[in-house]
Amino acid sequence: MTAPLIEAANLEVGFGGGKIKAVRSVSFTLGREKLGIVGESGSGKSTVGRAIMRLLPPTARVVADRLRFQEIDLLTASNRDMVHVRGRRIGLILQDPKYSLNPVMRVGEQIAETYLQHYPAAGGKAAARARVLEMLNAVKIRDPERVARLYPHEISGGMGQRVMIAMMLIAEPEVMIADEPTSALDVTVRLEVLSLLDELVTRRNLGLILISHDLNLVRRFCDRVIIMYAGRIVETLAASQLGEARHPYTRGLLASLPSIDHKVSRLPTLKRDPSWIDAVETNS
Amino acid sequence: MSEQILERRVGIRGWLLQPNPRGRTQATAQQLYKNWQRFCGYPLGLVGLAIIVLLIVVAICAPLLTSYDPIAQNMANRLAAPSWEHLLGTDEFGRDVFSRIVYGARTTLYIIMLVAVIVAPIGLLIGTCAGYFGGWVDEILMRVTDVFLSFPGLVLALGFAAALGPGITNAIIAISLTAWPPIARLARAETLSLRKADFIAAVRLQGASAWSIILRHILPMCVPSVIVRITLNMASVILTAAGLGFLGLGAVPPSPEWGAMASSGREFMIESPWVIAAPGIAIALVSLAFNLFGDALRDVLDARGSE
Amino acid sequence: MIDVRNLVVRLGSPPQAVVKRVSFSVETGGSYGLVGESGCGKSTVLRAISGLNPDYRGEIEIGGKVLSPVRPKEFYRSVQMVFQDPYGSLHPRKTIGAQLLEPLRNQRLPRSREAVFEALTSVGLNPELRYRFPHQLSGGQRQRVAIARALILEPQVLLLDEPTSALDVSVQAEILNLLNELREKRGLTYLLVSHDLAVIAHMCDRVGVMQAGQIVEEVEADRLRAGTLEHPYSRLLLEASQQYGGSTEEPLTMNGAA
Repeated sequence: MTAPLIEAANLEVGFGGGKIKAVRSVSFTLGREKLGIVGESGSGKSTVGRAIMRLLPPTARVVADRLRFQEIDLLTASNRDMVHVRGRRIGLILQDPKYSLNPVMRVGEQIAETYLQHYPAAGGKAAARARVLEMLNAVKIRDPERVARLYPHEISGGMGQRVMIAMMLIAEPEVMIADEPTSALDVTVRLEVLSLLDELVTRRNLGLILISHDLNLVRRFCDRVIIMYAGRIVETLAASQLGEARHPYTRGLLASLPSIDHKVSRLPTLKRDPSWIDAVETNS
Repeated sequence: MSEQILERRVGIRGWLLQPNPRGRTQATAQQLYKNWQRFCGYPLGLVGLAIIVLLIVVAICAPLLTSYDPIAQNMANRLAAPSWEHLLGTDEFGRDVFSRIVYGARTTLYIIMLVAVIVAPIGLLIGTCAGYFGGWVDEILMRVTDVFLSFPGLVLALGFAAALGPGITNAIIAISLTAWPPIARLARAETLSLRKADFIAAVRLQGASAWSIILRHILPMCVPSVIVRITLNMASVILTAAGLGFLGLGAVPPSPEWGAMASSGREFMIESPWVIAAPGIAIALVSLAFNLFGDALRDVLDARGSE
Repeated sequence: MIDVRNLVVRLGSPPQAVVKRVSFSVETGGSYGLVGESGCGKSTVLRAISGLNPDYRGEIEIGGKVLSPVRPKEFYRSVQMVFQDPYGSLHPRKTIGAQLLEPLRNQRLPRSREAVFEALTSVGLNPELRYRFPHQLSGGQRQRVAIARALILEPQVLLLDEPTSALDVSVQAEILNLLNELREKRGLTYLLVSHDLAVIAHMCDRVGVMQAGQIVEEVEADRLRAGTLEHPYSRLLLEASQQYGGSTEEPLTMNGAA
């Protein structure tokens, strides 16, 4: 693997004047791979993504030994530099397309606007239009001309998420951060969106951070998995080895999932050990 | 959070911050205390609150603060400039302006309290009923509200005050008639969004009657925003009251009322500016105070929903 | 216990049939699951049974009595419901204790401290929590309170609308265990609605697969586990859930098209 795309060392994020530590000494690197960050609510997984995008509210205190995106130091970069990073070089996909799309603007126009914003000198509206159709094609929308003319409320959830992906891809980012991209979708649609993401990441050679509460999704989809608990990384594993996880938290999470195939009378529940909060990461 | 540290604190503060409240009173007091702590983060709101508290104290202690009768005339000493004897001078009948301002605080407070007491229940009841029942109930109640809303407030108040005759009580009725429709609208809008909430559905599934749902479950949810709205409206209530007084439709002459005082002082504005300036400043200060307080209150009560 | 015959519900304007001639029955002490994707009408069926939506056609029979669309007060003593979102189903400005007493008040039953104690302990919560407000509790604790509130009237039927889909997986396991224990202990009849086939398979004896307002297939849970479904849609749903659930070891294969 070549130089990492994103590198974080000892990342700490505090709120309320440092009283509440949402993220504590988190270190990881992202290459051209699919990295999953898994955790339950309150584990700080989304905060990590937002810290990279510098999308945290001004009350948040971000400290790190190192937080870099390629040549850019994300800790010191000016807001103007960040405008070029955000959207242009790092794309973000959020949970619910319903809230991320402008409801009174046609889908095609919104994608075109993103394009023109990042490439103002790329041949104007006609070029943008052509690129929009190309992108809608790339995310496997069958009739791009028709879909481009629709308003967000006229499309389904899965289609909305494809549009979001198209909108992000048109800027040709090097890294994608997807925060619960499929949680709002039906299970049959989830797989389609995931396999689309998978294909795009591989073909375009991107780095992907997939933030999710869903162990199964991450296990099936990612190359490597980071498991977070109470703001800390408790374990980093290859996705294929998740079954051999050592940390009791990871094992507990896996065990507590109900299964379709075998019936158990009682689901094993997780006994939370306060020592996990301060425990050191176990690498395998 | 750092619960152990909180537990170690003693006294009232400890009681208010205890992580395990032992009774309903304590639980409610803790919520109030939390809101108060948040309110303290708004310095301008505190300034507003301080002025309102000052107004109340002045109104209660009026006889202790003044050495003159606010309506006793002394024609030998009319339009005297401010001095140690008459802190804010005297008016055209030789009455002490400071005493009249102090006693005027009572009038203002009386108007404010009565308007709030009349407007809040009417607005809440009409709004929540319209919102909860919907259909023709909503249609009728909202069209009536629209009729009241379609006249400019001051004009409507003027009309009512003129029809009912001058006097503080009539002025209050006139102001209340113009002040309830926005409250009803607000309560209706809140009710519409609450009506579909699961916690209301849960109460319906307990077999509760519509009235009990409105009075016990929906109304308490609307109260905070109504309080905020009424507080913010107080500035315009005070100004309308002063306007009615200024036009001779509010308080009847000898009784001290800021609007009427400003009105009579206008004749002597050039040679004796204190006669009009004092009530003018008092009106401006109290309206400003209610605006500042209401603004901060809105932020504090809004933040609560997002927890 | 529950008998639904030819249930039709129309919603919206112009009214469109969201539920089209749905029939099923649940025996006393049984647990029936309705599974389907968003918009298939599964929650609408639940709301019609609960009495929240009296505007339906067809027959709903509970405990051997055909119900009138507008329910009498006593009906709610036998049927209660638990909602999906524990954040939205508790009154934000009332203490837990007050909310637990509310059903007793509405049914004009005697209200006592002991009832609240009993209700909280039965769902595994410390009675000290009775003076807390909902925002001071975690999602799992709130859902436990919602279950306690539903059970305080001692109903025979519990309608569960996605009771765990807003919760973390570890909390989901705790709530599902609690629900199973309570059913066993009190002989309750469950009607569970979920989009999650794994939850349904874990909780229910019989399953109805819903698509576009209809039950397309009804099976015993054993057949679900064995994977022997007949209708193409239920097979698609099962396949997607299994792949997704990580129980088969093949990589992602469904190459989607819109």
